[in-house]
Amino acid sequence: MKISNEKKLELFYEMLRIRRVQERIEALYMNDEMKTPVHLCIGQEAISVGFCSLLQKEDYISSNHRGHGHYLAKGGDLNALIAELHCKTGGCSKGFGGSMHLIDVSVGHLGSSAIVGGGIPIGTGLGLSSKMKGSKNVSMIFFGDGAADEGVLYESLNFAMLKKLPVIYVLENNQWSVCSHVSARKAGENIFHKAPSDLLFSSKIDGNDILSVYEIAKQVVERARNGFGPSFIECETYRILGHAGSLSQDPKGYRDQEEIEQWKKKCPVINFQTILIQDQILTTSILSEMEQRISYEIDVAFSNAKESPLPTKEDLYTYIFCE
Amino acid sequence: MPWSKIKPIENEPDFCSEKIKDCRRISYHEAVREGVYQALEQDPNVFVMGQGVDDPSGMFGATKNLHQKFGKERVFDTPLAETALTGMAVGAALGGMRPIYFHNRPDFLYLAMDQIVNHASKWYFMFGGKVSVPLVIWTCIGRGWGSAAQHSQALQGLFMHIPGIKLVMPSTCFDAKGLMLSAVKDNNPVIIMDHRFNFKQNGIVPDYMYTVPIGKGIIRKNGRDVTVIAVSHLVTDSFYVAQELMSEKIDVEVIDPRTLRPLDEEIILESVAKTGRVVIVDNGWKTAGVTAEISAMIVEKAFKFLKAPIGRVACPDLPTPAGYTLEDAYYIGKPEIKEAILKVYSYRG
Ligand SMILES: Cc1ncc(C[n+]2csc(CCOP(=O)(O)OP(=O)(O)O)c2C)c(N)n1
Repeated sequence: MKISNEKKLELFYEMLRIRRVQERIEALYMNDEMKTPVHLCIGQEAISVGFCSLLQKEDYISSNHRGHGHYLAKGGDLNALIAELHCKTGGCSKGFGGSMHLIDVSVGHLGSSAIVGGGIPIGTGLGLSSKMKGSKNVSMIFFGDGAADEGVLYESLNFAMLKKLPVIYVLENNQWSVCSHVSARKAGENIFHKAPSDLLFSSKIDGNDILSVYEIAKQVVERARNGFGPSFIECETYRILGHAGSLSQDPKGYRDQEEIEQWKKKCPVINFQTILIQDQILTTSILSEMEQRISYEIDVAFSNAKESPLPTKEDLYTYIFCE
Repeated sequence: MPWSKIKPIENEPDFCSEKIKDCRRISYHEAVREGVYQALEQDPNVFVMGQGVDDPSGMFGATKNLHQKFGKERVFDTPLAETALTGMAVGAALGGMRPIYFHNRPDFLYLAMDQIVNHASKWYFMFGGKVSVPLVIWTCIGRGWGSAAQHSQALQGLFMHIPGIKLVMPSTCFDAKGLMLSAVKDNNPVIIMDHRFNFKQNGIVPDYMYTVPIGKGIIRKNGRDVTVIAVSHLVTDSFYVAQELMSEKIDVEVIDPRTLRPLDEEIILESVAKTGRVVIVDNGWKTAGVTAEISAMIVEKAFKFLKAPIGRVACPDLPTPAGYTLEDAYYIGKPEIKEAILKVYSYRG
């Protein structure tokens, strides 16, 4: 597939931006100003960026506890994300949700669940709403290998196939669910056992290779948009940092350093950067311009977050029922 | 998450009721673990399952390294499949095993609800007592650090509603071990609803095997003026408030029911007959929850002794907010308990 140089730079920029945001959170987390459990997605950026780059603003995504990347890749507001991590009123959930409960309605992100697997049927239902309204919007669901243990995935897939829903199931197999390796939870190599291809398009890809992600995403989004029904893509990737919080808080001894080092070599951001430089698409000056822009944007988001007021006890009863 | 910053580790108060003062002092997680360890050692049919029971932190320490001692067959990690695995635990129990199924938060029990409520809780009754389900489900309420609405729910009120389930809420290291051993021996489904704040205490625990009876409460402090019935970590808070109020010449009795179903009504009613004034303290929601049920029971059975409306201290009827300023407004503790006691104490109808 031919991908233009501009598109490649755009994909790279988005990945770099998510990476730098995550790194900044990691660097500042132990200052205890973000009093909410964060789940960082360093090493998995290609998946959210590649898949979301093919979505329109009106398309839906469904996200999970490890959702900063999905949120940003879909176009969610960075200031509102960082403010939410600080539990401020300027946060995307006004300080009621914290890191695991992000939302940006303006870009089709209708809220993430911290119950593993909880977003899978909800994303399927968003697809149902598109179909019933006769709109062309698709729904894309991001979930982990842990979520794929839950029976609700199979129930949702069945319904999506039955109704030919415009839903794309994106499994981010990052090998670990907290300290539990995928091999302790799954028999065999493949997470999803295939359905007939006319009912469900399924494929397993290298989730750290942005171009493979982009290519498959283009196919499945077109398929969903044109009424051919759901797809299931397993993306192999790796969670480089700890499960939650800062790396220093991750329990020791459940995985080998060697394994982490091997996966660091497959870093989606650095590897793509190397390719782009080799191909003379990215120059050092473009790169440093990108870095500056991103760094400035993050600085602003953190200082805005600090200035945003805290919710008060008078706010506690604001959202009981919607009038 | 820096839980350490939410609550420091402390020794439990010396409750007047414990007569075990010469034993060693250990941490709460060691107490739970010792209970599980001794159950595994004693009965080959006991096994431990749950997400992360064999990981380096071992369920806040409660199952730490048990797989090394008892093997991966008997202490095993599970897929994230709470519905099916609860059903499998029920099946294994029917087949003669005694599973202890660990969940690190009650919020995830919602996924297991069908098997717990439609199946485990009813099997004995529905088949005329032919078979029973000796299953222990252990879980631990989270609190603080932006745990938010889906990671901090105190669901005892919900489970207290269900016939056929025994519901245990320990508050001391001694009880955590003794109630665990009772739960494993029990022939019915038992839910142990623990709390992360309990894990911040050290207490006196004998090293031998002993049980604390399910369905028996305990008086943590004797008093004449007001009866406080509190659960889980709020027992300790209530105890400290009661001590504080001694200087104001208010003599508070603190009751720890330890089990919510079956509830030790006798210990509560006896106390109410003496004081005529009651405050009930629970970290769950107020409406149709633990405080509501215990109040109704008291009004039904001890109305003539009551000298004041019953005070209830519980969390507001809201999902837990993430932000720390909102958490502060949401959660209850010593100030709320004290205020309620004073109000009930000074009521003159
Ligand atoms: C139903 C449910 N069970 C357990 C948990 C606790 N938990 C939170 S995140 C997580 C790991 C999930 O793994 P995965 O879906 O692979 O996502 P990852 O964290 O690897 O991105 C677990 C077990 C939960 N939140 N919800």
